[in-house]
Amino acid sequence: MAKIKLTLNGELRTIDVEPNDILLDVLRDKLGMKSPKCGCERGDCGACSVLLNGKSVRSCLVFAIEVDGQEVVTLEGLSENGLTTLQKTFLEFNSFQCGFCAPGVIISATELINKNPNPSTEEIKEAISGNLCRCTGYQPIIDAMKHCTSNK
Amino acid sequence: MSLTHDFEYFKPKTLNEALDFLAQFGSKAKILAGGTDLILRIKEGFETPDALIDVKGIKELNRIELVDNVLFIGANITFSELIESEIIKDNFHLLWESSKTVASVGTRNRATITGNICSAVPSLDSGPALLVYNAEVLVKNSKGERKISIHDWFIAPKKTAIKSDEMVIGLLIHKHGKKNGTCYMKLGRYTGEDLAQAGVGILVSEENEYRIAFCAVGPIPKRFTKIEALLNGKTLNGELIKEAQLLALSEISPITDIRATKEYRNHMIQVMIERGLKTSIERLNK
Repeated sequence: MAKIKLTLNGELRTIDVEPNDILLDVLRDKLGMKSPKCGCERGDCGACSVLLNGKSVRSCLVFAIEVDGQEVVTLEGLSENGLTTLQKTFLEFNSFQCGFCAPGVIISATELINKNPNPSTEEIKEAISGNLCRCTGYQPIIDAMKHCTSNK
Repeated sequence: MSLTHDFEYFKPKTLNEALDFLAQFGSKAKILAGGTDLILRIKEGFETPDALIDVKGIKELNRIELVDNVLFIGANITFSELIESEIIKDNFHLLWESSKTVASVGTRNRATITGNICSAVPSLDSGPALLVYNAEVLVKNSKGERKISIHDWFIAPKKTAIKSDEMVIGLLIHKHGKKNGTCYMKLGRYTGEDLAQAGVGILVSEENEYRIAFCAVGPIPKRFTKIEALLNGKTLNGELIKEAQLLALSEISPITDIRATKEYRNHMIQVMIERGLKTSIERLNK
């Protein structure tokens, strides 16, 4: 067992982990963050995406012990003061159906908008290309992101 | 979901510490940087290390530096960092273009180019650019260091020239001395996150030097030495393209797998060579 300290959604958290504990599992089972989802467990689907030091990563391919001293942000953190403009736009555009891909998409979309407030449609598609969605065909997701960013 | 395989985890602060761990554990230790390949392999039972040596805390591996026309890419440099680097974009454009095609943002934010060549899957997107640029792999163990030419690095699918007590420190590339145009063509089942069904990296210089390399259509990525011998010194024309396309088939050995048939790969590599050459020359002349 190793004691790790991480900043999770702005709060310092200390927990014990085994070296082989996967970050996704620790977030969901020990740290109370249910938004990152287990989709493929191999880094292909993006449902487990979280922000690590501001950059989106596949939490299913990170050991919890690796984030000692680092900053992790999940959807719970992004929306702790209410829905973000992006989330409200996704609602308006009916961008999600079952919602399973949504946390990962929102993480990727947030990362994009933080670095590129005015992305082209191609840039939007590239940003979410690592988030697989079985329901929507992606168009309502892209439309919402385009709408959200073109007004800036 | 959780891993059943146990291992010890070390996060050395210095390179020497890391090398000492490697000397101690030998082949029973694995280096952990991005982990996007390694952690998956451990999950699937293909790797069962006794120790993981997390090198992300070793600052000297975090550098991208161009000094006296020699580029050093440290072992911790991710594909995202390569893409964000003006040095790479302006001076090693083929590497920049190739890096943008790797997986997707979430993977690129963690995956290192060093890890990419250590995993050494036949379809690796960094392969053609590194071969075209004649890169060298800087490798170290507790006894010393050596450089391995990228042309000697790949031995077989997932097998490289590295020894079990060695780790890669970084990559070295000498900047091409002449004005050149480059192009990386990647064929995938869809745009976005996919492994290459076929990949071609090309450089054409103002002195009609041609460097062309492939990935995903042979057990290891390689230069098209016969095509280069055909084209070097000449101005490209339709006939030469056709000859080059015929030669290509004798230099590759694609297989049929879940992503494509070998017939499709054989056909498409020829198309990509033509388009890649034309695009490289267009960019050279810009």
